[in-house]
Amino acid sequence: MSTTTTPSLPAAAVPGRSIAAWWQAAPFTLVFALFFLVPLALIVMVSFWDFNEYELLPGFTFKNYVSIFAGCGDASEGLCVTLKTYYSTLKFSFLVWLITLVIGFTVAYFLAFHVRSPGMQTLLFVLCTIPFWTSNVIRMISWVPLLGRNGLVNQTLVGMNLIETPIEWLLFSDFSVVLAFVHLYTMFMIVPIFNSMMRIDRSLIEAASDSGASGWQTLWNVIVPLSRTGIIIGSIFVITIVMGDFVTIGVMGGQQIASIGKIIQVQTSYLQFPLAAANAVILLAVVLMIIWGLTRLVDIRKEL
Amino acid sequence: MSDDSRADSPAVVTEAAGVIREATGVARRSLLKGTAGILAAGMFPAVHSQEKIVLRYLGTAVNQDKAIAEKFKADTGIEIQYVAVTTDDVTKRAVTAPNSFDLIDTEYFSLKKIVPTGNLKGIDTKRIKNADKITTLFTTGMVAGKAVGDQGTAPKKVIYLEGEKSKKFATAPTQFMSLIPTVYNADTLGIRPDLIKRPINSWAELLNPEFKGKTAILNIPSIGIMDAAMVVEAMGIYKYPDKGNMTKKEIDLTIKTLIEAKKQGQFRALWKDFNESVNLMASGEVVIQSMWSPAVTAVRTKGIACNFQPLKEGYRAWAAGFGLPATLSGRKLDGAYEFINWFLDGWAGAYLNRQGYYSAVLETAKSKMEAYEWAYWMEGKPATQDIKSPNGDVLAKVGAVRDGGSYESRMGGIACWNALMDENNYMVQKWNEFVAA
Repeated sequence: MSTTTTPSLPAAAVPGRSIAAWWQAAPFTLVFALFFLVPLALIVMVSFWDFNEYELLPGFTFKNYVSIFAGCGDASEGLCVTLKTYYSTLKFSFLVWLITLVIGFTVAYFLAFHVRSPGMQTLLFVLCTIPFWTSNVIRMISWVPLLGRNGLVNQTLVGMNLIETPIEWLLFSDFSVVLAFVHLYTMFMIVPIFNSMMRIDRSLIEAASDSGASGWQTLWNVIVPLSRTGIIIGSIFVITIVMGDFVTIGVMGGQQIASIGKIIQVQTSYLQFPLAAANAVILLAVVLMIIWGLTRLVDIRKEL
Repeated sequence: MSDDSRADSPAVVTEAAGVIREATGVARRSLLKGTAGILAAGMFPAVHSQEKIVLRYLGTAVNQDKAIAEKFKADTGIEIQYVAVTTDDVTKRAVTAPNSFDLIDTEYFSLKKIVPTGNLKGIDTKRIKNADKITTLFTTGMVAGKAVGDQGTAPKKVIYLEGEKSKKFATAPTQFMSLIPTVYNADTLGIRPDLIKRPINSWAELLNPEFKGKTAILNIPSIGIMDAAMVVEAMGIYKYPDKGNMTKKEIDLTIKTLIEAKKQGQFRALWKDFNESVNLMASGEVVIQSMWSPAVTAVRTKGIACNFQPLKEGYRAWAAGFGLPATLSGRKLDGAYEFINWFLDGWAGAYLNRQGYYSAVLETAKSKMEAYEWAYWMEGKPATQDIKSPNGDVLAKVGAVRDGGSYESRMGGIACWNALMDENNYMVQKWNEFVAA
């Protein structure tokens, strides 16, 4: 959206540039409208439709939204399905965000400040991307034989007489879901954080050290604030991916853990498109609110 | 969407010609196809007449055997192009994109969703050579002269249409069938006898705390709920008037039972596709779960003991069949009829019987099987020679008896059929609640 509106500002100030700027923005605007705005509008529209077993019935009804939150007002029954699902989805988002942030920041810090030669930096950076040469699903599924009841980890632990009976919570649990997410998406944290760290003027760090700052003080007061853009961008990546995921949670959670993406998937496979659309609209609203909150912390456009 | 898939198809020339003949459908769509036809015809004027028939076969991966397509091509020159999706997606495509396939292989319970859309064409039984030899299980609901359980969407309720273009099921036999049966079976629980070490004879064992954290159930709501209903009845909690068509209250009760079990950690996982269930069982993650017969066979071919356990409450049956999309016409339609006739002619039936399924026309399948094979698979007799799967793996040694015994005792023991309930939407919503609990 920003891309389409930005050119109009200087255009007003500098007359004559207007037409060219609009033309430059046009291709992207068109793609954006065709492949994002129109489908989105359709989803919003369908979310107000009625449906039966085999047809969508155009009309206008709040029925879908009402049924999503059915039972949510009644506190005696505990949380309703929708809130429970959002709670579980948000919980995973938060955990994965926190862990990938810590790991991603550490790796990026190491690459940017400890590795001195640019050649080595590139080499190590490429090394980080190697796991991405195989597909997401395969990397995920390869955890299963490792973590299972009779898997490699349990066999090793039993073999070393560290435990008597196999650990059950390694697989098909919150643990395995978070583990797989961290494995899959830490890279999305590393790249933007590394990118903003590389832009930090090294003389600032020297200045901090000359002024007597300790390592931790430099890190907290100089490096973290200056890598803020990267952290926010990485966070947006990780949080939006986890919020919408249903494959990882399905495979690693043994299909027993709820996620909002999974509910949408089940609904579309039963031709309940209006319900799924309503769910998607709510999910979009939640994700946009999170992103809005994150972008309050930093003006990404200014920092880039 | 359907326009795109059509335009992508290699058989676009015949299709476009077919559409011009049909002159039905939305004007815009015909226009698009017409244009594609002119373009294609302009580019390859000579190819038109010799175009080979390619049938796009939509179904689940389980029924789409490479060997069947190869044998059919060798016999007739017609090519089968498999389009493999999940059970739920077959229905979804039949309803939303009926032009994206030429032959559908779907389950009878899905028909309640597909037939009212008018996307299926009644199959003219006069063009099916073995139509009157199709097993009575489908036409009258009888096995060996005895009626079997018809709770749920029993095929006899939905197999006949009022006419070729009808959107309604007929109550009495007519000339037009909705689906021609291909494979069917009666499902029960699969167990690991080596890890359980005692006899299992009731559906109630699925929720027995003894197997806490070592059980699994099917995560396809419309089938999973039926398994759950079998368990609820077996535990003596409730007796359903019709397990295949529950009221909201009955759905609540069934799901509540599942949720309580889940909260106490009964389930290790839920499974959604064939391979998942095989892996869960083979790796020992679960020892008892709802399972499909070929999945049990697959576990066994890995050399791991696994039983398809007959239970005293009976089986939950399912059946799949071939259907024709309403828009199919011309040579492709002829090709589809040829395929169905070929399929009922014995070779494919014998092939399926050797996988542990049952074929629709038993007589022709029998003629293509060895006597010892027929005795093992269909009559429940001990094997007199090693029993091999179609691709040569040994499934049973000499002396072994098939789980569940003969055709008559297994199919005669049907308690209910996979179903689509009137309250399906509510049921799916409650099932999501179970998954989220």
